[in-house]
Amino acid sequence: MKTFRTFLSRVAGIFGRQERDADFSAELDGHLQMHIDDFVRAGLSPGEARRQALLKLGGTEQVKEAYREQRGLPSLESFAQDVRFALRSMRKNPGFTLIAILTLMLGIGANTALFSVVNGVLLNPLPYPHPEQLALLAGKTTQFSRASVSYPNFLDWERDNKSFSSMGAFRSDDFSFTGRGEAERLHGYMISSGFFPTLQVRPFLGRDIRREEDQVGGAPVVEISQGLWKRKFGSSPSAVGQTIMLNGTSYTIIGVVPANFHLYSGSDPQVYVPIGQWNDPTFRDRRIGMGMNVVARLKPGITIAQAQSDMDRIARQLAAAYPEANASTGIAVGTLKQEVIGDESVNRTLYILLAAVAFVLLIACANVANLLLARSTGRAREFAVRSALGASKSRLVRQLLTESALLGLGGGVLGVLLAWQGTRAVLAILPDALPRADEVGIDPRVLGYALGLSLLSGLIFGLAPAFQIWRTNVQETLKSGGRGLSGARHRTLNAFVIFEVATALVLLVGAGLMIRSLAVLWNTDPGFDPHHVLAFNIAEPPIKGADAAQIRASLRSLEDRLHSIPGVQAVSWNGGSLPLDGSDSELPFWLQGSPKPSSDSDMDWALFYLVNSDDLKTMGIPLLRGRNFTRADNEHSMPVALIDEKLARQYFGDKDPIGQKLNLNLINMQVQIIGIVGHVKHWGLDTDSTNKIQSELYIPLLQIPDSFMPLLATGGMQFVLRSDRDPSSLISDLRHAVAQENPEAVVYGTKTFDQIISDSLAARRFSMTLLGIFAGLALLLSSIGIYGVIAYVVGQRVQEIGTRMALGAQRGDVLRMVLAGGAKLALTGVAIGSALALALTREMRQMIYGVSATDPLTFTGVALLLVIIALLACYIPARRAMKVDPMIALRYE
Amino acid sequence: MGEKRDVQQGTLALMVLKTLESMGPLHGYGIARRIEQISGEAFSLNYGTLYPALLKLQQEGAVSSEWGLSDNNRKARYYRLTRAGRKQLERATREWQETSVIMARFLSPEGSR
Repeated sequence: MKTFRTFLSRVAGIFGRQERDADFSAELDGHLQMHIDDFVRAGLSPGEARRQALLKLGGTEQVKEAYREQRGLPSLESFAQDVRFALRSMRKNPGFTLIAILTLMLGIGANTALFSVVNGVLLNPLPYPHPEQLALLAGKTTQFSRASVSYPNFLDWERDNKSFSSMGAFRSDDFSFTGRGEAERLHGYMISSGFFPTLQVRPFLGRDIRREEDQVGGAPVVEISQGLWKRKFGSSPSAVGQTIMLNGTSYTIIGVVPANFHLYSGSDPQVYVPIGQWNDPTFRDRRIGMGMNVVARLKPGITIAQAQSDMDRIARQLAAAYPEANASTGIAVGTLKQEVIGDESVNRTLYILLAAVAFVLLIACANVANLLLARSTGRAREFAVRSALGASKSRLVRQLLTESALLGLGGGVLGVLLAWQGTRAVLAILPDALPRADEVGIDPRVLGYALGLSLLSGLIFGLAPAFQIWRTNVQETLKSGGRGLSGARHRTLNAFVIFEVATALVLLVGAGLMIRSLAVLWNTDPGFDPHHVLAFNIAEPPIKGADAAQIRASLRSLEDRLHSIPGVQAVSWNGGSLPLDGSDSELPFWLQGSPKPSSDSDMDWALFYLVNSDDLKTMGIPLLRGRNFTRADNEHSMPVALIDEKLARQYFGDKDPIGQKLNLNLINMQVQIIGIVGHVKHWGLDTDSTNKIQSELYIPLLQIPDSFMPLLATGGMQFVLRSDRDPSSLISDLRHAVAQENPEAVVYGTKTFDQIISDSLAARRFSMTLLGIFAGLALLLSSIGIYGVIAYVVGQRVQEIGTRMALGAQRGDVLRMVLAGGAKLALTGVAIGSALALALTREMRQMIYGVSATDPLTFTGVALLLVIIALLACYIPARRAMKVDPMIALRYE
Repeated sequence: MGEKRDVQQGTLALMVLKTLESMGPLHGYGIARRIEQISGEAFSLNYGTLYPALLKLQQEGAVSSEWGLSDNNRKARYYRLTRAGRKQLERATREWQETSVIMARFLSPEGSR
């Protein structure tokens, strides 16, 4: 308590200094007068009395100084003094200050930007109440660690579990939105009534879907997004209760979902309809997961592990009750955050990038340290004088560190601004590269990180000059007039440059390996010809009660219409999924003639594509053996199929698959194999071979049994077309043609296959872009560093060079000498950096593809690049050295 | 260096407090003279050191001060013991006495056996 009181009154003592000083002066005056009076009374002369009194007191100035020290907080006061002094000296050297602050801005900005990404994606909790209770449930089969959930299974999970307070199912779907302006396609979710209550997301307006609405026969109701509410209803509260047309059905709006709700990044759902009203037989089939996932909220105190064992119990019950659908399957329980972020590789990539960007900051620090060092040579005299006047060394060091901390803070403030803008720019270029990208931003934690980083870097680059001061011999400095460069200081400058080159090399090698990986991937044959291919969807309002024949007729007519667009070479519909766009559809199968496996999970599975006879031509997939489909392979002829080479090799070996039959009892079909086609890298150019399901199966869409036709039609049909020119130039013709066919049809989701492939590499391009930016920064900063040091050394050696030239050295000799000095530093840096890179790039193995982590081409190329840049950086000061006039240089001596 | 001065300061502070207790409110010069007299001039006090010590006591709340006039009509700051200062004096006095008893016992010939 006493110390706290003392502290407070000392803090108060900092203020009102002048009055207090005057006050104490008066007190001392009184003291002296009384003492003098006493001495005079004792018989001394007034002069002698005064002398004695002063002697006894111990000098007024000293007493005042001691008093002042007791009064305030001397460290705080001298700190304020240091700050004022530092600001003054920064103003006096605007060039130096600007360069130092800009350098730090780059370093701190890049770090802050990346940290804000790590913070938003990995560190921040999900934006729901009690996010730690949230789990994502999925199926687990022989083929998939995360499989979508069938609706009947979900209902049983919801009823039988003991671990979750609530559960909600959701499934992405697109809806044709008509009747309010131009017809359009809206992204939406089918949700169960428990979806929003589980996430504890409340409607912004209106209410959630009720349980009785979440079943067949319930009233058609919809919750809409705040975005759609604003766009179509002008944010009017009266929107609730109005109706909208989705897929030709009228839905009553019951609520508005807040704008900040999104489960995954990417396009946000705009409409939410009750999933339980969907009566499609396929959706109601326990064996078929239609892309449905389940969120669930753990009861308080229940762990994920306990929930997992609870769900394991349910999985066993379901396997016993419905063996065909559920034998050999399980239920995967994961935290929602983990499932939203996705696999480990996101974690790992971000942390590798964070390490890379830390190197950039270290280079920036080394640069600023070098600047400070070079400057402190000029200031050596200043410091020596101050030290002679009584400033202690610790006081001088403290002042230097204050200066560097201020530089760091200056760089930090600008860096945060840079990070704020830079992050938005990078995420805008590559929105799909990261999960939770929309949650990335500057928050207090990011600001704290930037502040810490600023002070830390101030400390790092401030230490070198401070250390220099600590070691300086005052008398030597004063004697030499503050000129000259000590060997130690020279070595420090060199060490920093070597460090910068080495670090830049590590980053450049990292970026180089990423670029090479992408180049390899770009040149990877996907198994088809993606150029000049356009994928798109056409949604026609479903005709009520349309039967399979009508749907087939409408498909045929659409096909012919598309064919007639000028420039179109081939068109195919594509039921199932597209390669490389992140979707996938599979079917279980077994060979006719072999025993039927007991459950779906025990069967073999194949990716399937429901196509027409032009699909191979459209996609550019080679037919290896047998024959292609013809227009005669239709609903009236025997069902046929094409298989890919992998399916042929795996299940038929040396036998001839052609003529063999496959059973597809999930869709009630038996198909005869008529040909073998090349394998398509469906799962990704880089990761295709790591996926369990490699087999691919092509079936004529028209041969699909009647009962499945309505399902195919309601989803909106996907098409692919090949053109003789840039397919994106066809889009308006395409819309026109479709409008002629059916004015209410909507064309949506148009993307070229080049774009799809490019998107499939988005995460890699994200890492490559960032690593490239960091490496570029490192290269820039380290070449500035080399330039600065060589220029400085040349400046210091003007007299020496002049002497040499006076003694007969040629200009060429001088140039060579300076360049050799720079080259030596660069080569040492390259050698050290290469060793470092060899060790570090091993951590990147997951991120690179098709090249070795020790790729000689990358290493040599990067080393050459660095040496050339270093020599260029030396060339400017070297030319200046060459132009030294010996007369002028020597005149100073 | 710091430690030695602290002990001296502590001693000085105790003397100041005791002086103020026995003499009542007093200015700095008076306190200095009084301490010299009591110590029988054996204690050569540098008067200047008294003022930081007085300031410290004031910051701790042990003394308060106000301006007044000396016997000879000189303007002087008078220091006065506060209640907290009185407590501090009692405690410090007790501690000193205990310490000196212990030290005396310790340093006496019997104590060393």
